[in-house]
Amino acid sequence: MNSARDTAERVARASYGRLIAILSARSRDIAAAEDALAEAFASALRSWPDSGLPTNPESWLLTAARNVMKNQLRHRSIVEAAIPELLAHSETMVEDGATFPDERLKLLFVCAHPAIDAGIRTPLMLQTILGLDAVRIGSAFLVPPTTMGQRLTRAKAKIKDARLRFELPSADDMPQRLSEVLEAIYAAYGIGWDAAYGVEAGGRGLTDEAIYLGRLVVSLMPNEPEAMGLLALMLYCDARRDARRDELGQFVPLDRQDARQWKRDLIIEAENLLTAASRHARFGRFQCEAAIQSVHAQRPITGRKNYEAIITLYRLLAQHRPSIGATIGLAAVLVEAGQVKEAMSLLDELAADAKLTYQPYWVTRGKALHALGEIRTGNKAIQTAIGLTEDAPVRAFLRALLSSGAG
Amino acid sequence: MQYMLLLNEPEAEFAKRNDPDQAAAYWGGWNAFIGAMAQAGVIVKGDGLQGPHTATTVRVRDGKRTVQDGPFADTKEQLGGYFVIEVPDLDTALEWAARSPSASYASVEVRPVLPPMSPPAS
Repeated sequence: MNSARDTAERVARASYGRLIAILSARSRDIAAAEDALAEAFASALRSWPDSGLPTNPESWLLTAARNVMKNQLRHRSIVEAAIPELLAHSETMVEDGATFPDERLKLLFVCAHPAIDAGIRTPLMLQTILGLDAVRIGSAFLVPPTTMGQRLTRAKAKIKDARLRFELPSADDMPQRLSEVLEAIYAAYGIGWDAAYGVEAGGRGLTDEAIYLGRLVVSLMPNEPEAMGLLALMLYCDARRDARRDELGQFVPLDRQDARQWKRDLIIEAENLLTAASRHARFGRFQCEAAIQSVHAQRPITGRKNYEAIITLYRLLAQHRPSIGATIGLAAVLVEAGQVKEAMSLLDELAADAKLTYQPYWVTRGKALHALGEIRTGNKAIQTAIGLTEDAPVRAFLRALLSSGAG
Repeated sequence: MQYMLLLNEPEAEFAKRNDPDQAAAYWGGWNAFIGAMAQAGVIVKGDGLQGPHTATTVRVRDGKRTVQDGPFADTKEQLGGYFVIEVPDLDTALEWAARSPSASYASVEVRPVLPPMSPPAS
């Protein structure tokens, strides 16, 4: 019994998205595919203990789920006319279990389709590719599970009813569409990162799920440098995850981290990805951000922080993909490198409403003012930053910045 | 699958229809778009509508009919016409919508058409 359950659970984790993608690719009905697969898993748990494990559990589940879907079709008189055709299709789809196609890429592109609201794309991916339930996703996105469930249901209904294309985008559309897929994956990473030490535990573990998705895209699209860039970026950050806290749970900023705590294997993998990506000679936002992380990762090797390289990369990033994050990143490193005047003018130029509640802006502004000797106004900015910080250890770190500035 | 393209127009574009200096360019843009759709064989049906100043809105409440001069909502963009097109998927419908003149200066709403109702299940 246990081994049947273990196998079912192992197959569930490894194959969930593969099976959902195959089951929904033709009908576009993700909800029906999920229901059918759930039923197939349930019947696996019932029958495997008696009949023994099938030689190919994945293909057993696929066949079982298809049978569920076929039966549902038979019962639905409303589509009676279409049944013969659909059945004919599903017969031809029963391939040899070992070689069925991987349709997950199509499913990823459907989840991040421009006709789907940007806010629900990441939850859709987490659910359809990884099988996360609405409770887990809702807690990561700080939304009640019922609300998240409704949003997911609505998005799936739109995919089916408005008939979104279940195919890879054309070459013309590919750069834009791929960047939307990558953004949605990176959003999952960001939520997991914020939650890693936060009070809200809901998003914890999402960094691993995002890295899984990142690896998936790289494996399915091995010639897309931006996909490699995103995976490299996430791996660099993940390599330093444990070094962000000392043994007392205090926040440790990047510059003061003990590089021996960084995970070398992840950094090496990221470096290799970035090198492979650069061979394609197609610049992109994620490669640029990963390159910045790569420079940081070289500090322990070279023994110094390469400000010029980081400034150059941030300038590139701000130029090609302007965002408040890129501008703040550039301003912060300019302050560190002693180019405070330029940093201040960058900060002043930012739109007032965008920076008002953006914590990194206030931290950087405070540091810049301190560097200019304006202790009082600098402290005020840091105070604002503290007020905008969720994470208690980070708040404590910022408070320490205050006292040192006032001295 | 059939999709309706609801083509919205701002007041300024409605005004061009009868402006001797601009009518030719206005209609030229629309004719090119409609011609391309016709050539591709995707049009099921479609019409332009007269401007919102010709609109009348009717409601019946408690058996009483109220008639209001003007469109149901006073918005910057008003429905200027529609097409129903037959294409394989939403992505193709969006491609056609994006080619319409009003996509560049106003908006186009794209909606799948309800499939014909089948008789209720016995």
